[in-house]
Amino acid sequence: MASGQQWVLVEMVQAFYEAPAYHLILEGILILWIIRLLFSKTYKLQERSDLTEKEKEELIEEWQPEPLVPPVSKDHPSLNYDVVTGPPSHKIIVNGKECINFASFNFLGLLDNERVKLKALSSLKKYGVGTCGPRGFYGTFDVHLELEERLARFMRTEEAIIYSYGFATIASAIPAYSKRGDIIFVDEAACFSIQKGLQASRSFVKYFKHNDMEDLERLLKEQEIEDQRNPRKAKVIRRFIVVEGLYINTADLCPLPELVKLKYRYKVRLFLEESMSFGVLGEHGRGVTEHFGVNMDDIDLISANMENALASIGGFCCGRSFVIDHQRLSGQGYCFSASLPPMLASAAIEALDIMEEDPGIFRVLQDKCKHVHEALQGTPGLKVVGEPLAPALHLQLENSTGSRTNDLKLLRAIVNYSLERHIALTLARYLDKEERFLPLPSIRVVVTVEQTQEEIEKAAQCIREAAVKILK
Amino acid sequence: MTQNSASKLLNGYALHQTKQDKKAGGNGFVKNHCLFQQKRYRRPAEKNHHASCTSLYKKPFVESFEETPLLVAVLTYMSYGILTIFGYLRDFLRDWKFEKCHLAREREVQKDFVPLYQDFENFYTRNLYMRIRDNWNRPLCSVPGAKMDIVEQVTHDYNWTFKDTGNIMKDVLNMGSYNYLGFAENTGACADAASECTMKYGVGVSSTRQEIGNLDKLEELEKLVASFLGVESSMVFGMGFATNSTNIPALTGKGCLVLSDELNHASLVLGARLSGSTIRVFKHNNMQSLEKLLRDAIVHGQPRTHRPWKKILIIVEGIYSMEGSIVRLPEVIALKKKYKAYLYLDEAHSIGALGPRGRGVVDYFGLDPSDVDIMMGTFTKSFGAAGGYIGGKKELIDYLGLHSHSAVYATSMSPPIAQQIITSMKCIMGEDGTTLGQERLCQLSENTTYFRRRLHEMGFIIYGNNDSPVIPLMLYMPAKIGAFGREMMKRNIGIVGVGFPATPIIESRARFCVSAAHTREMLDKALNAISEVGDLIQLKYSRKNRHGSEGTDCFSFLESHQD
Repeated sequence: MASGQQWVLVEMVQAFYEAPAYHLILEGILILWIIRLLFSKTYKLQERSDLTEKEKEELIEEWQPEPLVPPVSKDHPSLNYDVVTGPPSHKIIVNGKECINFASFNFLGLLDNERVKLKALSSLKKYGVGTCGPRGFYGTFDVHLELEERLARFMRTEEAIIYSYGFATIASAIPAYSKRGDIIFVDEAACFSIQKGLQASRSFVKYFKHNDMEDLERLLKEQEIEDQRNPRKAKVIRRFIVVEGLYINTADLCPLPELVKLKYRYKVRLFLEESMSFGVLGEHGRGVTEHFGVNMDDIDLISANMENALASIGGFCCGRSFVIDHQRLSGQGYCFSASLPPMLASAAIEALDIMEEDPGIFRVLQDKCKHVHEALQGTPGLKVVGEPLAPALHLQLENSTGSRTNDLKLLRAIVNYSLERHIALTLARYLDKEERFLPLPSIRVVVTVEQTQEEIEKAAQCIREAAVKILK
Repeated sequence: MTQNSASKLLNGYALHQTKQDKKAGGNGFVKNHCLFQQKRYRRPAEKNHHASCTSLYKKPFVESFEETPLLVAVLTYMSYGILTIFGYLRDFLRDWKFEKCHLAREREVQKDFVPLYQDFENFYTRNLYMRIRDNWNRPLCSVPGAKMDIVEQVTHDYNWTFKDTGNIMKDVLNMGSYNYLGFAENTGACADAASECTMKYGVGVSSTRQEIGNLDKLEELEKLVASFLGVESSMVFGMGFATNSTNIPALTGKGCLVLSDELNHASLVLGARLSGSTIRVFKHNNMQSLEKLLRDAIVHGQPRTHRPWKKILIIVEGIYSMEGSIVRLPEVIALKKKYKAYLYLDEAHSIGALGPRGRGVVDYFGLDPSDVDIMMGTFTKSFGAAGGYIGGKKELIDYLGLHSHSAVYATSMSPPIAQQIITSMKCIMGEDGTTLGQERLCQLSENTTYFRRRLHEMGFIIYGNNDSPVIPLMLYMPAKIGAFGREMMKRNIGIVGVGFPATPIIESRARFCVSAAHTREMLDKALNAISEVGDLIQLKYSRKNRHGSEGTDCFSFLESHQD
């Protein structure tokens, strides 16, 4: 066998020697041709036409950018804000008229509370106003630590973290955990700062219909099927449900117990934004968890701002240390921003004190909410949107005119009518083009503990009059 | 002395330029259309003296970034290597329960959830940051002024947890807070005005600007800010970070291009990202890089569709807080004008801290504020308050009033904070009838020059512009952040150490922020301590001529590059 092979080789070499020169040259050329074909592109690219300097210069000369901002028409309805003179407390002076405040989220009336003011003042005398640095770089004050501890204790969680701006709280918290490729299930009615958090996280966002647990479960099931198809990928995709406790846009509650059930069934983490419900719902004002009697530990993260019930500035997140501590290095609004001025932290501590000392205040607020809800029923042409226990209700037009601008005009007229009669209301404002699901136009009615029976009656009466007059 | 030598430097540089131009012309090269020629002799990776080249600058612009010595770079990488190896070892020991693990754990019931963190995410925190964690987040219990009181803390478990000892470290010299003009005070006109305002208004607002949180105080502040900046109109926001992240999306969007400096602050990056525009990054303060991006953008249009960009927004900062460099604003403005781009200037650190009248980087270069389309800044630093502003043409501010996320959805600024800004700003403007503000400005600029000069003479490598009150001192090795911070704290001086990921991995640094509240004695005390610690842990890396003037240095640089 081996000898046979050798013979072939010898034959080949011999043939090579015997072949005529032209044959060899031809074969050589063929081989080169094959190599060329192998290494050259199969098709010819168009001749590249590089622009000459002159052409470039012309292009640059030609280019006209859009104006930085489009012109704003002089008679835009919201161009000139209502001016508030003096403190925005129970009695508020709007455009020079003293009104009863039905517009600020000062639910517990702590905004002009003497104790809070004095505490802030003493803090100011000790620390000055600003912190001149982020938390990491000498911007942490003992009052920040105290406030965090107090909030954690109040909410019965392991740890709390404070932000210097309510809007930035949940907007920073979401992208700290959820990254590109992760999945977030969100209620359609979620507020704007949640939407910004989702956008910053760059995760897949799946919206479910407002408070529709079946729709959420459908999405979760879909995901489950998807996971079974690709189990390796499923093992690294984090999933979150983000909901509000009490929705600011719809004034209704999330079905928390069902959400918790779904959370465990589908192994999804649950984030809860409680800016409207913290200091409002529950026997001690702990919010929607207390209202439903849900175990705090079942919620992975609770976030709320300190600008509504606590009537200070800033926001906080709380939950287990395992979750919260991560934000101290990954929460953008926490790491890269100056810390909360100490006097505002002190004010929040004092407000917490007041809440803890007198839990009866929440009962009072609840009664007022119910009262307002009741009093506003049957306003001709307007419907009350929201639950009786919500402290910030919406009044929407029963029959829309068909155009958002006209609807807003009508509602604006009602607000102005009330302002004239010393009732301060406001339209709920949205960025029409930026909202994912733009809520219907509405007037916001905010309930605070300071409003008396008569004032509530008067306001309801006034709105009724306005509605009769304007909507007819 | 410095001025003199620097102007000489300018001349030398200009001479060099013309020579090169001539040569290029002689080669038959078509007329170059770029404003700033590509300088081929400067290798891109190299960082060295930047000197201004054109007549755009009215005064010398000297910025230095001495190159990292090779040996130091190698050693720094090695030290990261060692830390990583030990990190893995420790993780192994923790896994096998040989070492106690202090990390917070997932709840048992949620063990089978998808892990919230990927393991490598926390490797750095667990094994590197944790070793030197005591240098950050030290709680203060006083005004963050020139001196501060710090709550003393101990750790019994290697920085996993801290406990208060009950003692207070009194009168620690504060070299870390951004208190440039010394307005972090609890007495004096500002504090008094803020107290009064607290009693009148309370601290909260509980509503947004568009709804019912538009206080008269804020309108007063906005008028003042506009006149301070020399612009038509302005708007203020409750948080500096959010000023960027909530307003940039209102200004640009899909089909727009954002050109952003590579060292821009996280808030600018976030804002640009939220806007949905295309983002391209140019090299830090590098005008050639910026011009190239601008030309390419206009010539080629949007990727794939090749439609022209709707608009181009250049985003730069006044002073870069990690490098201590000052933006080359005259050149940026020249470029922006030539290419019809818009300019967003973030003066977070420079407002109040730069310029003969404290009006920031525009004032520093003696430029016209109307050349900057969007003037943004914060009140946290020089004004000792909180929040941010945007200033510009009336149309811009009107538009933002309607479309800014903050104006519609975020609670307005707290009234006492606004009052603090009003009073301190009036003081800087001299509207309070005193020269106090002007004195502070002078003091700050003197302190800056003195501190920088002394550090340089001692042989440290310091980064940045000669006039910038942010002074980074290079430490390079991660362990030295801890050592430097602790040694300085022992000497009752508080400094800020910064390492990866806030800086490039081998360029860990300490950062000093000079304040007008610092007296010469305080600075001397700090300098002596820095020198002492610098000897102790070997930080005097500079190989430049120490005691001689800077001028000779710069010349030698130029000569060595005239190829």
